[in-house]
Amino acid sequence: MPVEHRLALTVTAAIVFVIANVCPVVHISLKGLHNEATMWQAAAALAHGAAAPIAVPAALTIVLVPFMQIALLLWVLTYAYSSRRAPGFAVAMRSLQALKPWSMVEVGMLGLLVAIIKLTSFVQVTLGPGIWANAVLMVLITLVAKSDLHWLWELTEENHGAEVAVA
Amino acid sequence: MSSAIHSVEQSAPTPRAHQLKMISCHSCGLVCEDTQGHDNHARCPRCEADLHRRKPNSITRAWALLIASVIFYVPANVMPMMNTSLFGSGMDSTIMEGVITFWKSGSYGIALVIFIASVAVPCAKFLVLGLLLVTSQRRSLWKMRERARLYRMVEFIGYWSMLDVLVVAIVAALVKFHGLSDIEPRVGILFFGMVVILTMLAAMSFDPRLIWDAETGYRHDGDMA
Repeated sequence: MPVEHRLALTVTAAIVFVIANVCPVVHISLKGLHNEATMWQAAAALAHGAAAPIAVPAALTIVLVPFMQIALLLWVLTYAYSSRRAPGFAVAMRSLQALKPWSMVEVGMLGLLVAIIKLTSFVQVTLGPGIWANAVLMVLITLVAKSDLHWLWELTEENHGAEVAVA
Repeated sequence: MSSAIHSVEQSAPTPRAHQLKMISCHSCGLVCEDTQGHDNHARCPRCEADLHRRKPNSITRAWALLIASVIFYVPANVMPMMNTSLFGSGMDSTIMEGVITFWKSGSYGIALVIFIASVAVPCAKFLVLGLLLVTSQRRSLWKMRERARLYRMVEFIGYWSMLDVLVVAIVAALVKFHGLSDIEPRVGILFFGMVVILTMLAAMSFDPRLIWDAETGYRHDGDMA
């Protein structure tokens, strides 16, 4: 995939990420009472009683790590678009590599489906716009951040030397 | 991924990186000249990550993390992971009780998905990682290619176990009808999350190249196996 396609997909992922985390994923209602939640609220709901520390990895894997992946990719790809290495390129690339296994949007998506089925037995469930955004985000993250990124080193190799000479 | 899988087809093993005085970077994949002495740490000339011929103390670290995760797996299953209160009466449920509830209500598919993610996958990971560690320690030549494939499988399926944690999170965030019905997380889910994270770290610290080192007799000093 050429760098401009990747950049375009990463910009799309950034937009979808905002929708996926601002809009509620599911609405439920029980005897005239309503409630809804976003992915972020889901992670925060774990911060309760003795189980509270688990809220940190939950928030990281479904919200914060995907966010960092998109932000770092936008940074390096914007520069790579003109065949340049972004400032902090090495750190960004190493971080992207380290973040990969901890990005779990797809697990969150399956979790949503299981939760919906679990809830339909005693409350009324309607889907929010966030769930569709999460489904799209799952595909986009897999395409842009979970694939091999080593080629970015080679792509920006030539101009790197020139930039050092100028600096 | 720098592995020597292709070499098993041939009778004599192909030369290894350390024989060619080469070293590959774990982070960016660059292969460069191995100028590393015995103790001093070299850095990748391209991405500046630490260079290692093999992941440092791979077997010791992987064992430590694996044993810790097996220990946490006990409270993860025994202690309740969730409390469901409906019209005033609360009920704690463990992971297996959750699976059984789904099964009894006729949702066999969902029961199976949860069972696979929270029981079958963690147990398979314990067994596979244990097997890989024991065989690599004993420098076994037994079914090396299959063992390499098992490692890749563990890496691929490992993080799906986080499913149960996220299901509890979503359900607890939604069902907050004070007095009428509430779902709250319980401490079992914390232990279960720890199991998933620790097994992931254990799989990451294991260096799959140790499987193939049995062929060449290469011994890395960092591993006091």
